[in-house]
Amino acid sequence: MSSDTAGGGTAADAPEPTALQDRIEDLEARLDSVEEDEQRKMTIIATKGSLDMAYPPLILASTAAAFGWDVVVFHTFWGLDVLHEEKAEKLKLSAVGNPSMGVPNAIAALPGMDALATRMMEKKIDDNGTASIEELIEVSLESGVDLQACQMTMELYDYEDEDMIDGVTTRVGAATALEHMADADIQLLV
Amino acid sequence: MSTDYDTTTTLDVKGESCPMPVVKTRQATDDLEPGDVLEVLATDSGSLSDIEGWAGSTDDVELLDQIEDGDLYTHYIRKSE
Repeated sequence: MSSDTAGGGTAADAPEPTALQDRIEDLEARLDSVEEDEQRKMTIIATKGSLDMAYPPLILASTAAAFGWDVVVFHTFWGLDVLHEEKAEKLKLSAVGNPSMGVPNAIAALPGMDALATRMMEKKIDDNGTASIEELIEVSLESGVDLQACQMTMELYDYEDEDMIDGVTTRVGAATALEHMADADIQLLV
Repeated sequence: MSTDYDTTTTLDVKGESCPMPVVKTRQATDDLEPGDVLEVLATDSGSLSDIEGWAGSTDDVELLDQIEDGDLYTHYIRKSE
């Protein structure tokens, strides 16, 4: 390598003061535009369709919307049932594999036990004044939460747009979810 | 119980639990004019922390007071702009 092309570090190579000034102004303008975009964003990927697991995404989403955040909940696989007009009302709970419920698996697996566990949970929810899934969906949509239904899963389950609750965004896929996630302050997979 | 606040509207969320006190408080403040004061009646003991946190990071509201009286939690929120 020849040495006559070197010369880094000499005064002649330093940026002109006016160029530095322009650069500072440019960076300040860009910082302003970043600071203007103060609205927080949250993306939740909801993959579960059991009664208990339907709650956390909708509680966080409706609360975040009350904070004025831009919220997307992307429902995929079993999570899609939460947005299905008929299935949303019939979400079930199972005591199988759930030690917190205190029912031995051999008993929890008997016919009718899921229905029983679900009824007990629904009664608790009602007695405690906890909102129903339908109420949470309604307030989420009212508050501007974008509830999205994964198109690929819709096709897998043979769900049509009209099967879904009014106000739900359909015809969206992983790229739509990722685009929002890339910009989001909070991303959760439930 | 008397307060110094000239309440414009009262929101009753007694018996409702998280997240409804905050969500319905937001909806109620959306309908207010600047300067209006919303009184929120709640029995959710989490509402003290939740409404304080919500008001603290929400631009157009100001939390005036929170009063705990037995099982009743009363919150006063002013719409600021």
